[in-house]
Amino acid sequence: MSGHESGEIVISFEGVTLGFDEGDILRRVSFSVARQETKVLVGETGAGKTLALKLAAGLLRPDAGRVEVLGHNVSGMSESELLGFRQKIGFVFQEGALFDSLAVEDNVAYRLREDGVDENEIEGRVREALRFVEMEHAIGLIPSELSGGMRRRVSIARALVNRPPVVLYDSPTAGLDPVTAQTIITLILRLRDTYGVTALLATHRLQDAFALANFRFDPAANRVVPAKQNGRPWAGSVSAATSFLVLRDGSVYFEGDQRAVLQSPDPYLKRFLV
Amino acid sequence: MPVVIGDSPVFMSAANSNLTAPAPSVSGWFVGVLKRIVLEVQQYSGLAARSLRNVFSGPHYFADTLEQMDIIGVGSMPIVLLTGFFIGAVMVLQTAAQFTRFGQTSLTGDVVAIALVRELGPTISGLLVAGRCASGIASELGSMLVTEQVDAMRAMGTDPSRKLVTPRVVATVLMMPLLTAMADLVGLVGGYTVSALTLRLGAVEFWTRAIDALELGDLMQGLSKPIVFGFILSTVGCYKGLNVRGGTQGVGRATTQAVVVSSVLIIVTNLFLTRLALFLAGKIF
Repeated sequence: MSGHESGEIVISFEGVTLGFDEGDILRRVSFSVARQETKVLVGETGAGKTLALKLAAGLLRPDAGRVEVLGHNVSGMSESELLGFRQKIGFVFQEGALFDSLAVEDNVAYRLREDGVDENEIEGRVREALRFVEMEHAIGLIPSELSGGMRRRVSIARALVNRPPVVLYDSPTAGLDPVTAQTIITLILRLRDTYGVTALLATHRLQDAFALANFRFDPAANRVVPAKQNGRPWAGSVSAATSFLVLRDGSVYFEGDQRAVLQSPDPYLKRFLV
Repeated sequence: MPVVIGDSPVFMSAANSNLTAPAPSVSGWFVGVLKRIVLEVQQYSGLAARSLRNVFSGPHYFADTLEQMDIIGVGSMPIVLLTGFFIGAVMVLQTAAQFTRFGQTSLTGDVVAIALVRELGPTISGLLVAGRCASGIASELGSMLVTEQVDAMRAMGTDPSRKLVTPRVVATVLMMPLLTAMADLVGLVGGYTVSALTLRLGAVEFWTRAIDALELGDLMQGLSKPIVFGFILSTVGCYKGLNVRGGTQGVGRATTQAVVVSSVLIIVTNLFLTRLALFLAGKIF
């Protein structure tokens, strides 16, 4: 089960099934994510990783089973109830999903304006969020003027601007070159270790997940450092627990920590390690 | 399973395969089509009803509504006015020969005014705005859907029905009567222009006859139809855009369908509205 046994459960899937015309995509999926834990969903294309994230955000409703997030029964809430609940969720979409008719500033400020935050306060918070992802210089640009990596960073800024306790990442490094992917992972580490968010991250790249498990962001040094000191896990105030969940054919194929993944003789898991 | 013959794989023919699905019967196909139509009507009705219900409860997006009024109303003015002018002008050309034969050229203003205000103004304006704006709405919302911007909106606690649909519906319903009124006026100007040039009809005679020919019922009919047409074209555009399937190709299909469906609905609805208006005109006015 979860590698972070002692924490309060923030996200819980119980027997979740979801299908479309072509058949079931997720079949009786059950797992949980503890507070400040990062659960990495790994699987092939079409395994149901994105669907799991959208179920957690209430963007989709399961055909069977129950989804609970922050104590709310997301799978049983009406759309109007979910609109209020989603203020506690940050969602980073695969291609960024920035509003292409709005400038970067308006994209990041979107949620704050929807929540009725005072305009005098908005600019400061927007700049703070953009500074966090090192995109303050692009505040006046529109999404079509940004590269893929820059759009991903602005998307992260938009997701964190109201400091949600839960962040959902949908393949945040998909389609990016290794250097830019590393920048995105650094941001995710920084977000995790600075604000202590609980995260569900979907990816088909295990190396991203290993980076999250093996490194942490040191606010004092303002850089990424190994999660272990002198061979021992870092005993910081923010937990860096990272666990893995492998989906195959719509079901949970494997669940465990990094050591279990690396030591597993399963040939299917080894294909992700290539 | 492919069967290898020589160097090339040859797939088993459907006749030999035990996995061939049974051919659908005609009745099964018909029932399937009927189910899809009923489902579409249900979903469209839900979207249209929500767009109206949102007007009576918050949050309201006034800035978005004003922006849409500018895009739909002001943006459609050039094409509506240009078309209105030439419709009025053509009407005079077509009727001039008949009126001249009977020595009743003075009736030109009457005919142009009644035809424009009752029928041509609302219908032509509706079809033009459907072509320009229903397609634009469908493509914009469809593009937002396929790029997950609609999901992003929902993930940040915004109801897409309130943010995207209601402003467009309200803007179109408010601007259509205004566009129609302007089209009617410019159409009369076009009719007068051709009357003056071809029939040597005086301005006083033309405009006096045109205004006197119109009754309150004509104006009510001519300005109430655009409200219904505006509601139809905006809701159809929004529905098609928010139900895109199949990526960018689906966006193209939705754009075309939005124009076709809204245009057909406008023409069909016009028949019933005209019948209703004539009935009410006899009772009330």
